[in-house]
Amino acid sequence: MFARRIIPCLDVCEGRVVKGVKFVSLKDAGDPVSCAQAYDAQKADELIFLDITASHENRRTMIAVAEKVAATVFIPFTVGGGINTLQDIRDLLKTGCDKVSINTGAIRDPNFILEASKRFGSQCIVVAIDAKREAKNRWGVYTHGGRHPAGLDAVQWAKRAEQLGAGEILLTSMDCDGTEDGYDLELTRRISESVRIPVIASGGAGNLNHLYEAFTAGKADACLAASIFHFGEFTIPETKAFLRSKGIPVRT
Amino acid sequence: MIAIIDYGMGNLRSVSKALEYLGAPYRFCAQGKDLACAEKVILPGVGAFGDAMKELKIRGFIEPLRELVKKKTKLAGICLGLQLFFEKSEEAPGVQGLGLFKGKVQAFRSKNVKVPHMGWNDLRIRKKHPLLEGIVTGDYFYFVHSYYAKPASAAFNLAMCKYGRETFPAVVGNDHMFAAQFHPEKSQDAGLRILKNFIGW
Repeated sequence: MFARRIIPCLDVCEGRVVKGVKFVSLKDAGDPVSCAQAYDAQKADELIFLDITASHENRRTMIAVAEKVAATVFIPFTVGGGINTLQDIRDLLKTGCDKVSINTGAIRDPNFILEASKRFGSQCIVVAIDAKREAKNRWGVYTHGGRHPAGLDAVQWAKRAEQLGAGEILLTSMDCDGTEDGYDLELTRRISESVRIPVIASGGAGNLNHLYEAFTAGKADACLAASIFHFGEFTIPETKAFLRSKGIPVRT
Repeated sequence: MIAIIDYGMGNLRSVSKALEYLGAPYRFCAQGKDLACAEKVILPGVGAFGDAMKELKIRGFIEPLRELVKKKTKLAGICLGLQLFFEKSEEAPGVQGLGLFKGKVQAFRSKNVKVPHMGWNDLRIRKKHPLLEGIVTGDYFYFVHSYYAKPASAAFNLAMCKYGRETFPAVVGNDHMFAAQFHPEKSQDAGLRILKNFIGW
């Protein structure tokens, strides 16, 4: 049966994992490749690396990381953060990385989604949307970690991204991110029902029931989580066992 | 030596990285004439059916591929590679596929599922094949596709997959051809096992 996906997300700065991963078994929790291998061993379904490196020069480091991940980890992985040109995408895909996640670059120039999906195929173009509630049943799109409004309606932007060729939406609720109080289920459901492409729910996971709710009430196709996995609170096998016991199909 | 056909589209690195990991020598072939001495060939693929056939033609792959098949050189298709093995696709009306298997490629019809079919799904094994050695019904593989093959005959269906209400061949093959709709190079141990079987085929 088609499985719902569980996706750990690693924030990487200048080649090192930040907001530390605290696996007991891990010798170097700052090494993205070791973290990726640990999640691979736990049977995570995919991985996302978010490159939060500020300077352009250090982007090479992320490419080197992707090279090393692709050499030993054989599950799909996505790299996001600061992707603005077709060359950025090409450089990453050449490492063996499977998808790229585009956020600000797509807001600045929506045609970038069209060009990128035409050139590399929709399957590798993930459009990341950072959404913040502005009124009842209305969410705006934000950039810079929720500080700058982009002047777009999140539902409309998701539809537009799909039309332009996005293969998937990575949807983060800026209201819920970091709260550990659960995903924004209304937002997730609204976007998931508005597009035909898969939607990854992100922001707010604090316990396993939150993932269950995102898959059921939120109609998410995949769930991204960071801290609940990184700090060893729950392992991927525990997460999947819980979801399976509640009737959610997962890969074992 | 395994030849990986490079027709200028998509991501070949994940296939080659998996072969490197398994210790199998390979090279990329960007022109049909480079295929002549290949012992085994992989036709990977992401992208669109029409563009892929156009590139295969421009790069002179069509005739050498037919020759290889005639000689029963082992040939494996991955994802779009599987679809190209068939005669035509709804994705590109009027474009001829390689026609190695009879049948067409069609879009998912179900309205109640997300398209592309993106993620992990399990197989139902229908027939034994050397490349499916060690793979059992229920094993999960990673899929990303919006179209699937509808063979004229079920004779070459090796394993099936169900998405929404539609059941489609996830693996087709015979004694010298093998094609998977999923990505073995992205399907962890089960996928690597298939590639290992291919290396030893």
